[in-house]
Amino acid sequence: MSDHNCGCGSNPYLPYVATVLETIQESPTIKTVRVRFNDEKAWEAFSYEPGQVGQLSVFGSGESTFVINSPPSCKEYLQFSVMRTGEVTSAIHNLKKGDQVGVRAPLGKAWPWEEWKGKNVFFVGGGIGMAPIRTVMHHLMERHTEYGKLSLLYGARSGADMAFKEDVEMWLKSPVLDTTLTVDVPTEDWKHKAGLIPNILKEINPSPENSIAALCGPPIMIKFTLAAFKELGFQDEQIYTTLERRMKCGIGICGRCNLGDKYVCIDGPVFTQAELNNLPPEL
Amino acid sequence: MSTFFATPSALLGWLKSVSSDNRVVAPKKKGSVVLFKPWTTEELGACQDASELLIRSTMSAKEVVFPKCETLYELKATKDPSDLSKLHQELIVPNNATATVLFGARPCDARGFLCLDMPYLQGPVVDPYYKAHRDALVIVTQACSNALPTCFCNWIGSNPADEKGSDIIFTPIEGGFVLSALTEKGTALLAKGGFDAADDAKNTAVSEAQAKAKSQLPAESTLKDIPQKVYARFNDEAFWNKEIEKCLSCGACTFLCPTCQCFTMTDKGNQLDGKRMRSWDGCMASHFTLEASGHNPRPSRGMRYRNRLGHKFSYGRKDGDFSCVGCGRCIRSCPAHLDIRTVLSNACEGAQKKGEE
Repeated sequence: MSDHNCGCGSNPYLPYVATVLETIQESPTIKTVRVRFNDEKAWEAFSYEPGQVGQLSVFGSGESTFVINSPPSCKEYLQFSVMRTGEVTSAIHNLKKGDQVGVRAPLGKAWPWEEWKGKNVFFVGGGIGMAPIRTVMHHLMERHTEYGKLSLLYGARSGADMAFKEDVEMWLKSPVLDTTLTVDVPTEDWKHKAGLIPNILKEINPSPENSIAALCGPPIMIKFTLAAFKELGFQDEQIYTTLERRMKCGIGICGRCNLGDKYVCIDGPVFTQAELNNLPPEL
Repeated sequence: MSTFFATPSALLGWLKSVSSDNRVVAPKKKGSVVLFKPWTTEELGACQDASELLIRSTMSAKEVVFPKCETLYELKATKDPSDLSKLHQELIVPNNATATVLFGARPCDARGFLCLDMPYLQGPVVDPYYKAHRDALVIVTQACSNALPTCFCNWIGSNPADEKGSDIIFTPIEGGFVLSALTEKGTALLAKGGFDAADDAKNTAVSEAQAKAKSQLPAESTLKDIPQKVYARFNDEAFWNKEIEKCLSCGACTFLCPTCQCFTMTDKGNQLDGKRMRSWDGCMASHFTLEASGHNPRPSRGMRYRNRLGHKFSYGRKDGDFSCVGCGRCIRSCPAHLDIRTVLSNACEGAQKKGEE
């Protein structure tokens, strides 16, 4: 991997040892951890592109893949937002400030944000799928003058399940981002939209003209949101998504995240719908 | 090419001397199965019958470069004396590779290493553990004198005397063995034997033995455009589920296969004293792609077998070869008698019919 600049030297399995600086309980099931490498030299030399992922380990429990959801402009820490679902994610949820973790990063391909310059970009995040969207969205918001209109549709099961609460306030106020929030199950005090992402998307009715759609979320949301974008006239080349698969090595060897002869870990995780059309439909 | 002749006792003597500074791995009978296992200098010295090292193995030889379980690194942590709540985490990479002579691999086994080289050495990231094992390996291959009913190396462009992937190849003939070196590594190792050159009669015997083995193979495959046809079957879920109905999901095929590359990574111990390891895994297991959310992109046996067959015969390789070597181990040891040749033929011929309609 030419862009593999992990300080591991020749051993891609060796993580950077990093220290947990802060943890944030985002929702009942989502926790954000901010970490920084112990080796300051490695930290200074480290760089990545929005959309690239990392393998976060809790030594003794194991490793799992998460997108780096802090934008590259953040020089203080790397941020991972993790939904508690299994053994490793539970161990991550138990982390506290000062704990030692392992990080293998950056892995995989980024969102091709340079190619999007001059275009409108419509971001859609569903549940924890907001994490990879957050990275590239912040990256573009920092460069908003180089882009057309930036929009976000962020949906979660309920208001309580919505992660990145501080960010959400900022997104709603931001003059460079048109933000729509929706939940499946609204409570009385919910001031935003209620309904499934694909339906709200059709309501917003973004124009496909000179536009890019970037989406991430659970498989069922992706399926219907894709259909909604197509209905709105978006072409497959305009629609980008980032895939999630079970991964172990992250470097195209362990054999489990393939779609035909492509590996999500090295050929993705970001793909256009046009690229996915040429791969076996094994999502 | 120069060929050399060794009597059975000279061959054993050579291996015994080689074993002083190499791990010699060769077929070894263990109960009802034959495995590739290390032979010590003492065991080789005590061996009276070279044919013990010439039997066909149940398992493939891939363990010499891809151990069933391997430590990637050890974890050690010490507490900071000035602040006992702080840990200094250290990761120690072991040196897992030893100079190894693999003796008695078959041509299919040797080709298997070339398949494993694709992801481990030819991909975007080189696997340092595999590379160390591979660099330390010399492969001494036995050309097959016969073929089993399950052999089908001729279907994948190979043959019982295929030299591809080997450092030395030898053929058993009446009274001994004819050996030839194929690489620099092989030349250096063979020179240690001090064997005499093989005469014309012995070389003729080699050709005859090889012809005999070839004649025992099944008829050449008539399947054409295999990668495209297997791929064309992808969405035919009913086909895959029907073909694979009797599969027990035991995964024996993946563990016996010389080209199956898959592994998992797990931690043992804790952060103070533990290790991270990798171990064989296989795409025929339902947990292989099962995500923590409960979603599984390959939820049925048919979908999993489709991936396995696709990986062996359809998903492209840079060098154009198949990732199946036709050794037939998955056929021989399948408890449900699944035959990969039948599934492959059905997938291709069915696809052809569909196209003709």
